[in-house]
Amino acid sequence: MMNLSRSVALISLFLLPFLSSSFSVDNPTDRRVLVLLDDLSLKSSHSTFFNTLKSRGFDLDFKSADDSKLALQRYGQYLYDGLIIFAPSTERFGGSLDSKSVADFVDSGRDLILSADTSASDLIRGIATECGVDFDEDSSAMVIDHSSFSVSDGDHTLIAADDLVKSDVILGKSKIEAPVLFRGVAHSLNPTNNLVLKVLSASPSAYSANPTSKLSSPPQLTGSAISLVSVMQARNNARVVISGSLQLFSDRLFRSGAQKSGSPDKYEKSGNEQFVTELSKWVFHERGHLKAGSLVHHRVGETDEPAIYRIKDDLEFSVEILEWSGKSWEPYVADDVQVQFYMMSPYVLKTLSTDKKGLFHTSFKVPDVYGVFQFKVEYEKLGYTTLSLSKQIPVRPYRHNEYERFIPTAYPYYGACFTTMAGFFVFSFVYLYHK
Amino acid sequence: MGGKEDPTANGSPKSESMAGKKASPPDLLSSISLKSLKLKTKQQELLLRVSILGLVYVLAFIARLFSVLRYESMIHEFDPYFNYRTTLFLTEKGFYEFWNWFDSESWYPLGRIIGGTLYPGLMVTAALIYWTLRFLRFFVHIREVCVLTAPFFASNTTLVAYFFGKEIWDTGAGLVAAALIAICPGYISRSVAGSYDNEAVAIFALLLTFYLFVKAVKTGSLSWALASAFGYFYMVSAWGGYVFIINLIPLYVLVLLITARYSLRLYVAYNCMYILGMLLAMQIRFVGFQHVQSGEHMGAMGVFLLMQVFYFLDWVKHQLNDTKLFQTFLRITVTSAILVGGIALGVGTASGYISPWTGRFYSLLDPTYAKDHIPIIASVSEHQPTAWSSFMFDYHILLFLFPAGLYFCFKRLSDATIFIVMYGLTSLYFAGVMVRLILVATPAVCLISAIAVSATVKNLTSLLRTKQKVPQTGSTKGAGSSKSSSKVTLDQSQPFQKNGAIALLVGVFYLLSRYAIHCTWVTSEAYSSPSIVLAARGAHGNRIIFDDYREAYYWLRQNTPTDAKVMSWWDYGYQITAMGNRTVIVDNNTWNNTHIATVGRAMSSYEDEAYDIMRSLDVNYVLVVFGGVTGYSSDDINKFLWMVRIGGGVYPVIKEPDYLVNGEFRVDKGASPKMLNCLMYKLCYYRFGELVTEYGKPTGYDRARGVEIGNKDIKLEHLEEAYTTSNWIVRIYRVKPPTNRL
Repeated sequence: MMNLSRSVALISLFLLPFLSSSFSVDNPTDRRVLVLLDDLSLKSSHSTFFNTLKSRGFDLDFKSADDSKLALQRYGQYLYDGLIIFAPSTERFGGSLDSKSVADFVDSGRDLILSADTSASDLIRGIATECGVDFDEDSSAMVIDHSSFSVSDGDHTLIAADDLVKSDVILGKSKIEAPVLFRGVAHSLNPTNNLVLKVLSASPSAYSANPTSKLSSPPQLTGSAISLVSVMQARNNARVVISGSLQLFSDRLFRSGAQKSGSPDKYEKSGNEQFVTELSKWVFHERGHLKAGSLVHHRVGETDEPAIYRIKDDLEFSVEILEWSGKSWEPYVADDVQVQFYMMSPYVLKTLSTDKKGLFHTSFKVPDVYGVFQFKVEYEKLGYTTLSLSKQIPVRPYRHNEYERFIPTAYPYYGACFTTMAGFFVFSFVYLYHK
Repeated sequence: MGGKEDPTANGSPKSESMAGKKASPPDLLSSISLKSLKLKTKQQELLLRVSILGLVYVLAFIARLFSVLRYESMIHEFDPYFNYRTTLFLTEKGFYEFWNWFDSESWYPLGRIIGGTLYPGLMVTAALIYWTLRFLRFFVHIREVCVLTAPFFASNTTLVAYFFGKEIWDTGAGLVAAALIAICPGYISRSVAGSYDNEAVAIFALLLTFYLFVKAVKTGSLSWALASAFGYFYMVSAWGGYVFIINLIPLYVLVLLITARYSLRLYVAYNCMYILGMLLAMQIRFVGFQHVQSGEHMGAMGVFLLMQVFYFLDWVKHQLNDTKLFQTFLRITVTSAILVGGIALGVGTASGYISPWTGRFYSLLDPTYAKDHIPIIASVSEHQPTAWSSFMFDYHILLFLFPAGLYFCFKRLSDATIFIVMYGLTSLYFAGVMVRLILVATPAVCLISAIAVSATVKNLTSLLRTKQKVPQTGSTKGAGSSKSSSKVTLDQSQPFQKNGAIALLVGVFYLLSRYAIHCTWVTSEAYSSPSIVLAARGAHGNRIIFDDYREAYYWLRQNTPTDAKVMSWWDYGYQITAMGNRTVIVDNNTWNNTHIATVGRAMSSYEDEAYDIMRSLDVNYVLVVFGGVTGYSSDDINKFLWMVRIGGGVYPVIKEPDYLVNGEFRVDKGASPKMLNCLMYKLCYYRFGELVTEYGKPTGYDRARGVEIGNKDIKLEHLEEAYTTSNWIVRIYRVKPPTNRL
């Protein structure tokens, strides 16, 4: 697997002039994006969103969701680096596409933006479930909030949400001041899945129900259990954004003013555009993407990596971590990267210090335990790609000639031994030859 | 093959008896040879003896070659693969690398210090043979040397047996002993070609040590005692069974002391052997300070001190010349010596300086101990108590000759016969406790039986001969002189005696020939299978070979990443590392019970629980052995209860009753739900439900247990089938990485 990706990286290096627009290890930002629409009019109604993507250099390929020639890959090669599914009502994709091939697309390390809406089809729900998100089963239900709706409309289904995840990596450094307008279906996170997280949550007073009918039984989803927009970063660092509202991305909500009910702050423009733009930067790996070089270790005073350590050796350990800025690799700066010297449990756990040029290093003494150890760097920080590196190294005990030959504290015993021998010799001599 | 062997095997005891006859000059054959070769009687006897010994030497070697001829030159069983791997390492990297070898491929992630946890004698012996052959420009492969080490040492053992027999009885007994031990199944079981295990050289070393010690006691010579100390050193370097020597010899000395056979010869022999042997034994890393600290070795030290007390008392007695005064002195000394010894032992044990007896030692003294306390010892088949049938199988007529031999020994008590009697009795007791200790008892049984055979045959032939010689003048030396007692009784009724003697002689030869036939048959049928290649008889009597083990191990070697970790039950650990060249979690060196219990727990848990355990151990592949298709009964399902017991011994969440139904172990529909869904069951029977194994039986019919399995619809979640050998004996599964999106 490693070899493959390395050779892919190598090939893409050679082909860089021709294929500079494609996704690779060295250039992780997505370039070719397939946009699936169930209604091609969305292309114009959501044009601001698409235009920001285009202006950032993305190559968008708009296709109708039931296009019979739809295919994600040809001859085993993926044609796209990212996928945007804005087709909430599609029951079946055209061509060879289905929910499994979308899941495979994600499992191959590619990114996905999925937007459902009220009356989302089973297909869309199925894809969301694959990513650890469950939409409200009632297909006519919407998120309703009687206390934090948008004043401009007066409609309680147009939520003015401001409960955003606190992560500069996912949502950018500049704070999103204006509330984000949302009209759509609620979803909850699969509690057993710890890769998915809420980016935009509903307020505690929200609930999910059919707004046109009377509430006959208590709603299934209520309060802040409701997620409006969620993200999932898979183990292979593929990123997925799942939104319960397609309107969230629309020009109309981008432009409309926003005022949360009960709040005096009135904003000219909703937070939608900033929110969506920043989120799309994250999902397409323009931000928060780390890469680590190999783990380098050697004895203090040496430069080559040994095949085996001895107990109580002093060693130096370093790893280079770079961050993708969207255009180039910059040194990653953090004070919370740790290395474990691990054999069933960490025997050494050290925080690495950085030289601000991307090199993280530390030095420590091998514990007085032999066995097969691993250097492990497990770096999981909210929003960043997960770094999970390990390198196996055995640790051996002393060789027979690495112990001290003479122990100072044992000198009395050595003395006693030799005097006894000498004494015995003298005694025998005297005994045998003394008459 | 079998047909060819018999005459040779028969020949040796017969020709031995001819050696007795040869002493008579009027014999036609000998008069011819006397004339043509101009040899004196003594020289003739020597020539015969040497040629018989030479034949026995060759016979001992070739009788052990069945497996090479029938299969191929390969290493057998489990432990020999480890020995082979270490020998290979020794010849490639040299002695110091071997001595300091830290093996990171076994017991992942703990590793094992090979140099400090094995008995290097066997490997060093094989490597020396190999290097010698290389030096002599015989470019053999190390594997051939390893395969043939055991037969070679078995041949050497016959020589030692001859000298030992000669020492305790006479040359005749020595020759018979050599012939008996050359083909005794009890010994052959552990020394066929390819059985490259510690016992292969250890029995030689054991007998050599005993022989040299008996010789030292007999002569009182320092040099024999020194030689016996070196023999002991070789034994210590070769096998953990040296504990038997270091307990038997003190016991023997103690018995001599009690029976008032104390002598300066004994004093010299024991002290020299013990002190030098101890110092030498401590050079073996695996033994080290155990030799002075562990409970098993304390007896020898106690007897050593007792010897000094005896010597001192002897000296005092000599000085005092006063019986009364000496009696008081004796009483005071003995009580104070016992007191001091007792206190020292108590303090040493309480402070932990003297380690208590190990489990294996305990289970020797109390056969039920392991069963109740240490499942890992009890689980090994060769640690089971011996069945009567296997005594019969391994000893045949020796079982009946043994008491007769004891009778002869008691009739002619000497220091040497006392030793062989004690050796025989103690080792026979241990052989009854543990199957594999039959091996240790075999030399003693052969020697004592040889005494019986030799003495009987000699008495009978001398009866025949003295009758002939009555008219002639004084008989030649040889048998006649030693058997004066038989001559006395013979004078009365000569005709019956002659016929009786002939009948008895024929009977003896008949028995011996039956023995030879039995030994050949047992060797060929039971003890020459490598157990790594299985053979079965087909429907038409043809031989079917199942080479699944090697197929699986070579698959591992060729198709998995070099740093892949393979989890299997510990039985297969050595083979996987040696043949598959992959890291294993546990292997046959069962030093860490917890680690084995962890594997046992994983095998007996549900798949998702097992998955967490396997992830924590970085397991990439799981290997199980399954005999349901071929009817191979020693597979993992039949071993499964031991996994449960060993796992449950450390992790109480695993409970044996969960896997049983009314105390019964079943795999069919009536099996317990936990059994039907545990990892081991799933891995063994995955896809087995679709298979028809036997005509006229439903799908999923397990031929090893003769039932239709209870769970035919097995789905694996975290593992996937990677490889199944052609007869389904070995199945390998790949552990999947955690799912990408969950």
